[in-house]
Amino acid sequence: MKRLIWFALPLCAVVLIVLPLGLKSYGIYALTYWAISTIAAHGLNLTLGYAGQISLAQGAFVGIGAYTTALLTTHGVPFGVALIASFLLCLAIGWLLGYPALRVQSHYLAFVTLAFGTLAWLVFRNEEWLTGGVYGISDIPRPSVFGFSTENAVHFYWFSLFILAVVSFAMWWLVRSPWGRAFMALRENPVRALSLGVDTRRYTLMAFAIGAGLGGISGALFAPLVQYIDPAPFTLVLSFNLLLIVIVGGQGFFAGPFLGAIVAILLPEWLRFTGNAYLLIYAGLVMVMMVFAPTGLLGLWKRLTTRHIPTGAPVASLDGTVR
Amino acid sequence: MSGAVVLEVDGLRKNFGGVHAVNGITFDVREGEILGIIGPNGSGKSTLFNCILGQLPPNAGQVRIGGRDVTGLRACDLNRLGVSRTFQLLQVFPQLSVRENLILAGQEHEGSMLSRLFGRRDAGLTGAVENMIDAFRLRHLADSEAGGLSYGQQKLLDAAMAFMAGPRLVLLDEPAGGVNLTMLGDLRERLREMNRDAGATFVVIEHNMDFVMSLCTRVICIAEGKIIANGAPEEIRANPQVIEAYLGH
Repeated sequence: MKRLIWFALPLCAVVLIVLPLGLKSYGIYALTYWAISTIAAHGLNLTLGYAGQISLAQGAFVGIGAYTTALLTTHGVPFGVALIASFLLCLAIGWLLGYPALRVQSHYLAFVTLAFGTLAWLVFRNEEWLTGGVYGISDIPRPSVFGFSTENAVHFYWFSLFILAVVSFAMWWLVRSPWGRAFMALRENPVRALSLGVDTRRYTLMAFAIGAGLGGISGALFAPLVQYIDPAPFTLVLSFNLLLIVIVGGQGFFAGPFLGAIVAILLPEWLRFTGNAYLLIYAGLVMVMMVFAPTGLLGLWKRLTTRHIPTGAPVASLDGTVR
Repeated sequence: MSGAVVLEVDGLRKNFGGVHAVNGITFDVREGEILGIIGPNGSGKSTLFNCILGQLPPNAGQVRIGGRDVTGLRACDLNRLGVSRTFQLLQVFPQLSVRENLILAGQEHEGSMLSRLFGRRDAGLTGAVENMIDAFRLRHLADSEAGGLSYGQQKLLDAAMAFMAGPRLVLLDEPAGGVNLTMLGDLRERLREMNRDAGATFVVIEHNMDFVMSLCTRVICIAEGKIIANGAPEEIRANPQVIEAYLGH
């Protein structure tokens, strides 16, 4: 399996790098949006998939990141600074949003985060002095990286892909570290985790904060991608779409967001050849997928490839024999 | 027993509405002791455990570990002070492997938060984990997901996890529950070894009287939230109050 991964990884990287070269502008936009959505989904996968804390506010964090970057870069602040500011602001707000999770769980927590998502959207729409309200913010510049302009759509895609690679490496490191193990313990059995010295309060807050921070990075890339933002893309639909990405890909699997974003972002585009029925077909496919693979595509893969220990499996004895 | 006092429980009370689940319990546990706590269902044994371990706030009384007042301290902080526990119901992490379960049980005792993020994935515990795997004869299951193990195997893993951080005091809540006779004997031997070789001190809640009487050095019997007897196993077995309230004729 490891060998397969080491073979597939560079192959996927090469495919992703050369893919936009044969595409028209909308295709490149869709691919860039896939990369940006995958970053936000990585964040939600940490909060929900690894740490088991439901959040319907990820779309709001993408919005906060997008508005932060739009406001800063249109006032002459370099993109790099705006990106870090978006990350840190969402990290701080995410930390605060984590506090309710210390008191409520499951659907109660979902409603708390849903309310936050609505509140954020109302701020985007109503606080015209800051966000421009429904008129939004236009002329958002695309960054130059060490003199390398990303004005060109392909160049911006490559830039987004690079940020995705950096975020993915950081996530891979995080989930493989003792922190990742503690996040999983929080998801699987918080009472036992606490009794083993895991500070579940701190890890819950960190899961929310880091997840939100990655939403902020995603938003910081979304703003220069579209170069004009208004409240419309940051409704609750975005949060639900990011949730769909995480669940379809397989929550708690590192590669889940990549696959989930292919299904949620790229599949509807590929289905456009079916005409007006494409969304109907897409919805049907997602429903079928959820029925047959409730643990997502990678959950299904794991189920098919994992050897099951049959009932009545040999029992180990302390004398070393197996009965 | 002449060892230093490890655990002191002083006048502990816990009420649920009008029910006095723990009603002024006082006892202490000395280093190297294996104290058994017995009593009928609903007598307040698990509530007592939960109050000692910070999982329920007591209404009154004090819990001291090594002379330090730890009443109401969070379970994770108590664990870092060297107090470990197992639960009545199985509490392993089903999607983690046996090895990962054991690393998790010890990792929060190693280094700082930052070192756990940027340091070694095994938190430097590979040696200790491999020793524990061998001690509990879990070698052939080391890479299996804990959720796929049989009940008895999970019970062994649960006990092994309690010992990972080298605790000075381990509280075991019905360790023999649901374990077959052969494995029960093995578990008893394992606990005796831990007591003898590692100097671990235990408090054991258990209904299996043979297990309690053969393992424990002292036994406390609780009924209706109060201690009704406290002494050597053979004294407890012969105590008329204990026979009346719990053991039966």
